[in-house]
Amino acid sequence: MIKVKAEDITKVFHSKNGNTGTNGCVEALGGINLEIRTGEFLAIVGPSGCGKSTFLEILGGLIKPSCGSIYIDGKAVSGPNHDRGIVFQGYALFPWRNVTENIAYGLEEKGVPKKTRNEICRKYISLVGLSGFENHYPYQLSGGMKQRVAIARALAYDPDILLMDEPFAALDAQTRDTLQGEVLRIWEETRKTVLFVTHNIEEAVFLADRIAVMSVRPGIIKRIIDIPLSRPRFEEFRTSQDFIKLRQEVGSIVREEAKSATNS
Amino acid sequence: MSGKKQNLQRTLRKVIALLVFFILWELLPASGIISKVYFAPPSEVFVTLVRLMISGELWLHTSISLQRAITGFGLAAIIMIPLGFLMGWYKSFEEIADGLVQTLRQTSSLSLFPVFILFLGIGEVSKIAVIFWGAQWPILLNTISGVKSVDPLLIKSARSMGSSAISLFRKVVIPSSLPSIITGLRLSATHSIIVLVAAEMIGAKSGLGYSVINWEYNFMIPEMYAAIVTLAVLGLITNYSLVWLEKTTTKWKEEINIT
Ligand SMILES: Nc1ncnc2c1ncn2[C@@H]1O[C@H](COP(=O)(O)OP(=O)(O)O)[C@@H](O)[C@H]1O
Ligand SMILES: [Mg+2]
Repeated sequence: MIKVKAEDITKVFHSKNGNTGTNGCVEALGGINLEIRTGEFLAIVGPSGCGKSTFLEILGGLIKPSCGSIYIDGKAVSGPNHDRGIVFQGYALFPWRNVTENIAYGLEEKGVPKKTRNEICRKYISLVGLSGFENHYPYQLSGGMKQRVAIARALAYDPDILLMDEPFAALDAQTRDTLQGEVLRIWEETRKTVLFVTHNIEEAVFLADRIAVMSVRPGIIKRIIDIPLSRPRFEEFRTSQDFIKLRQEVGSIVREEAKSATNS
Repeated sequence: MSGKKQNLQRTLRKVIALLVFFILWELLPASGIISKVYFAPPSEVFVTLVRLMISGELWLHTSISLQRAITGFGLAAIIMIPLGFLMGWYKSFEEIADGLVQTLRQTSSLSLFPVFILFLGIGEVSKIAVIFWGAQWPILLNTISGVKSVDPLLIKSARSMGSSAISLFRKVVIPSSLPSIITGLRLSATHSIIVLVAAEMIGAKSGLGYSVINWEYNFMIPEMYAAIVTLAVLGLITNYSLVWLEKTTTKWKEEINIT
């Protein structure tokens, strides 16, 4: 089953330079075709500036593609909706809302009554391991905890699809490993369709069923690599022969793609 | 626990400075170093203050002054906060209005007082107008900058969770620009009192500013100081209540200890 289909997505940014009066164009995406299967964990890797965030925001309905269409369950989409949840790179928590209120935001917008909202918030707070921090404000939380809140917030209104944009890029290695494990556990529990953007190859191999490799200028999907490793995957999995071998293979494929992109 | 001790020490230090100030004020005129006639000691000012309070005279002037200040300041807040939201949100609107705003706000409120009197007469309206004029700029400019500094990522985040335009405004734009707006209100309130006093000194027959000048003309020096003290207390109350408002509405902000 295909959950999300991206068809020939291109995006050109027009940047007006106020000082010189010139009009510049940046071709961020040069025709992306991608199918995401229902319930799969798909990672997108690519160098910084290749258009990963742009593509994710187009999928989220936050920006319009210059050309091409997005289909979810076969229906064309325009604009954001509660069937998709986004976890942003910079947490994007509302600083004036505490943990519970942040997680409740999407539920409020969906029109869920207050009592149900509180129940759901409690459930997701415990799912991401933040019990006891219900009334903390974002400034009182560490980076890892903030990202847990952001994940709970995106899950709380129960979207089918979770879009995650380099969610762990700003965290230290240890916190990142822990959160990767948590994301897998939550995904096993909820079975959402996940699109996970990262530039960390080990992270992609550890998490994903398939990895889409993107290249720079134009931003397109160069190839898709299957990760036929067993699940569930736990911390020990990182030291297994299968994992290490595949991580090296994927690494060399990505480097090759990068090289061929600079040569051409 | 050491924080509490530090707080106590800080308060103590403040009290000591105040105490020294009042003792000097009491002793210098009494010792004859400065003229007792020009520099009424606090004990005398206090007695006068109480007498003026009982007679109702002080309250009469205070209430008139308060009415003028609150009307001018309140109108400025009611009109300029919504206008600031419009100008901050709609770029084209700000582009049109910006030049005008930058020019007008350089015109000092007091220099315009004669113009207001010409058009609006010597009555209450001209005084309220001049306070309004001075109070509007900090509110307007701080609201605009508050709205413009809303983090675009938060807007994206809210939209991704299905926020409509109205909801975006109510739940993201307003709370995130609130601290800046309150700072504007604080600046405006302080400014309002300054303009109020000056306007009452120049062209009024009542109010605290008028009283200061009038009592000085009539050589009622303790009365004059009583009016000055009342103005100082009003300023303190205004400032502290707005600081309190700032603290209660921004408890979600990391506490930054400036003192
Ligand atoms: N709003 C925008 N206006 C102009 N250019 C943009 C805008 N957003 C992104 N870009 C450009 O598009 C390209 C892709 O950006 P982005 O999607 O953020 O890449 P990535 O997430 O892979 O690092 C970059 O060259 C970036 O400068
Ligand atoms: Mg990015």
